[in-house]
Amino acid sequence: MIPYTPEQLTLRLETAFDVEFTFHKVDHLVDILAPLDRDTQDFILGWVERIASTNIQISYEFTRRVVEALDRLDRRVIEAWAVHAMDTYDRTGLRPALEVLYKVDDFLAHAHAHAAGAFFDEVKTVLSNFLCGLSGRRLELKPGEQLFTDSERLFLPNVTADMESEADNFLLCKARVAFMWAQTRFGSCRMDFDTVLAGFDDPARALAAFQTLDNLRLEACLARELPGLWRDMQALSVRHGDPALPEDWQALTQAFNIDPADPESALALLDQAYALEPPPPRVYHAALNPQAVAEVRAARMAREKILLRVKLAKLVEEHRAEKAAEQKDHHPARFEARQEGQAWELALDDLPIAPPEDVKQLLTSISLDWGEIPPEMLTAAGDGEYDPALYEEKEKNPDEVWQGTYHEEGAHLYPEWDFARQHYRKNWCVLREIDLKPGDPGYVDEVIDRHRGLVKHLRRTFEAMRDESRLLKRQVQGDDVDIDALVEALADSMDGREMSDQLFMHLHRADRNMAVMFMVDMSGSTRGWINDAEREALVMLCESLETLGDRYAIYGFSGQTRKRCEIYRIKTFDQPYNADTRARIAGIEPRDYTRMGVAIRHLSKLLNEIEARTKLLIALSDGKPDDYFDIYRGRYGIEDTRQALFEARRSGIHPFCITIDREGKEYLPHMYGHANWVEIDEVRKLPLKVADIYRRLTT
Amino acid sequence: MDSAQSPTESHFITQEPYYEPVGNEVALFEAAYANRLPVLLKGPTGCGKTRFMEYMAWRLRRPLITVSCHDDLTTSDLVGRYLVKGGETTWVDGPLTRAVRAGGICYLDEIVEARKDTMVVIHPLADDRRMMPIEKLGQLLEAPAEFCLAISYNPGYQSVLKELKQSTRQRFVALSFDYPKPELEAKIIRHETGLDEAATQKLLKLAEMTRKLKGNGLEEGASTRLLVHAGKLIAQGVEPRAACRGAVSLALTDDDDMIAAVNELIAALF
Repeated sequence: MIPYTPEQLTLRLETAFDVEFTFHKVDHLVDILAPLDRDTQDFILGWVERIASTNIQISYEFTRRVVEALDRLDRRVIEAWAVHAMDTYDRTGLRPALEVLYKVDDFLAHAHAHAAGAFFDEVKTVLSNFLCGLSGRRLELKPGEQLFTDSERLFLPNVTADMESEADNFLLCKARVAFMWAQTRFGSCRMDFDTVLAGFDDPARALAAFQTLDNLRLEACLARELPGLWRDMQALSVRHGDPALPEDWQALTQAFNIDPADPESALALLDQAYALEPPPPRVYHAALNPQAVAEVRAARMAREKILLRVKLAKLVEEHRAEKAAEQKDHHPARFEARQEGQAWELALDDLPIAPPEDVKQLLTSISLDWGEIPPEMLTAAGDGEYDPALYEEKEKNPDEVWQGTYHEEGAHLYPEWDFARQHYRKNWCVLREIDLKPGDPGYVDEVIDRHRGLVKHLRRTFEAMRDESRLLKRQVQGDDVDIDALVEALADSMDGREMSDQLFMHLHRADRNMAVMFMVDMSGSTRGWINDAEREALVMLCESLETLGDRYAIYGFSGQTRKRCEIYRIKTFDQPYNADTRARIAGIEPRDYTRMGVAIRHLSKLLNEIEARTKLLIALSDGKPDDYFDIYRGRYGIEDTRQALFEARRSGIHPFCITIDREGKEYLPHMYGHANWVEIDEVRKLPLKVADIYRRLTT
Repeated sequence: MDSAQSPTESHFITQEPYYEPVGNEVALFEAAYANRLPVLLKGPTGCGKTRFMEYMAWRLRRPLITVSCHDDLTTSDLVGRYLVKGGETTWVDGPLTRAVRAGGICYLDEIVEARKDTMVVIHPLADDRRMMPIEKLGQLLEAPAEFCLAISYNPGYQSVLKELKQSTRQRFVALSFDYPKPELEAKIIRHETGLDEAATQKLLKLAEMTRKLKGNGLEEGASTRLLVHAGKLIAQGVEPRAACRGAVSLALTDDDDMIAAVNELIAALF
């Protein structure tokens, strides 16, 4: 194909950069792009326009640098570079994003990391489960600058790229996680470093010596516990080019091969090790941070001590309650803890009892800190001995969190589809579930009264759909012989005709298994008759759905900007349809804006947690995705909604969109492309439509 | 289903099945049997419930008729039904009826899978009446002293739909099964697979790891049965990591992340 002419290029760039308002000069850019072949031009212009949809300044700077970069980098890396710049813009703003573009060499240095590195987000799920399987205290995997553990959390860097290949980098992450796990499991975190290091002239040197010793001890532990991983770790170390262990160290740490489990065995060698030069750490070694460990540990030990005694008190109560009828003596409960393999068993008054999972966890955690279960902890707490505030984690009031600086705390984060970029914006929407304030309790009765005829009609429609057990005749298989069929068949055979094999009766049993989620638009644009229509329709639907006995939930959605998406609980799957629910339906009112995508994603997630054969998501809205001063208005919102519906469909949900409006909009077929949808302009039609959807899905 | 084709004699177990008692379950079962009490076996899948029944049937020298329950199981599937043969109807006993007539042991496996209304048919058999009405024949069958009813279920599935009705469960003497203690489980694996001690210990560690993942993404940990499967593959000469992947991680779950995690655990051990 012929390359673009300079005039064509000028036009495309001017449009992309909106030069009428931004006054960017494009002449020199055109000079750079003009000599290129058409394919390269298309590639560059495509990205220029995609980036411009996020930010024009970034796109402009990208264009200035991309041709030079093209000589050195292949297109895959260029794409990664552009996406990285946009992600940086999403996360931290314009300046850091421009930095990414200015420092293309820095990015190149990291290009290896990007190409072959193991990213925390990608390895987190697998390694968290790996960690969970390794036993011991529940540990949490967190991204961090440094590689270390504070004995409750393991910190891994965002990108691990010390090794050449992607596979090796993943293996390295795994080895590091296992190594930090070993530090918590085999007592390294139990050491009291102040006392240990006190006797040395140079505590830093002593700490380094101890760490080296301890690392070697942990290696011996891993070699014994996880031989497969240990082989991999040795291979990794060789591939990374770690020098071999000096002979003096080898000689010193011979002993670990016999019994490495106790940190004291490392301590015993510290005086000798202090004199030696510590070798460089292996690639998978993680440093101990005595201070962080000590802080976390002190807090945990205090909390768990109380918690165990409180939980034991509960156990005593439960067990005594069972025996209360037989014996009335109230001697203090005697607990004993025994270790069976890795698990802890409890005995109460010499009788073994099965401790609940949380108590087992607690016992394991305590034994890791103390090396045993101190007997004084094995007494049940007395009445009111401890203040729950000492051991319970406080839940934050959502309203307070919204107003605070850390408003993302405890909220759900969802990605959002950016059609222009053809990528998701990660963790873009901050969503919170909120209880809806009840409205006028008399409202529902009034609606039922007003639409009495329709309600009755609807009930009949739904009742007709109720799948009832019925006897199916003339079946090939069944519980009983169908005498009528048999007589006919015999008569047929006497006549010389072929005898039917449909001679049985079979009882067909009703087995509905359906869950429905109603998602109600509570944006400001529904003010007026649309809001009334929604509420009236919900009332009539609830009345009808009750006759079917299906599980259903109702949630409202609205919000303002991506940082404040809200989902209002009107009726959850567990709540019955009662006066409270009715009052909440009455309380549905227009609020702020319509960010539909994130609401669909959240409610799909809730719906997918329900066990049902058919899952239906019915969205009632006015069909106008919109948000406060935001690109969500227009194409962006339409595309995101479309994508969210597609995701829902892919996860096995039947999405169904009901748009309440009087004028048809031409983008609706595209937006609802992946869902069934219908547009209605009258309240009365809405419940009938839902009945229709139902019939189609269940028969 | 045709009684002519599978005479009750074929349900006798002639060779002693391999079974390692975990506690006093053998004595308890024998006592219940002697007192004509029905028995309920509880426990996770693959911990030896069915093997225990085979062992007890061999020990008591009674035929064992096993029915695996499913949600389409009807009363006629258990009791019996009329079939049409050459223009005539003939009655065919269901497995439960056959067991009652022969004085055998009827074992209803995974009873919660069956519909609750189907299970009501066992009620008169499971209390002191020990009767079985066959409505379609107009008969009332009395169970002989040798007859025994046993059912099993797995309380691990946390689903309201799959719970045993109180009116059913309160008729039974319950025996609780769990995965055996490590030493015993090691013995079982060695006996069933012929693996050496070192490989057996690794399998046990793997089992413990997966059982910790229960509730954190896995519905169940690896059962003794899975370990035996993995062990058999290894003993056959299959590379251990591959054997465990096939017999354990893929058998446990379909979740890709979880499979990857279990595979990593396997790779760490072998």
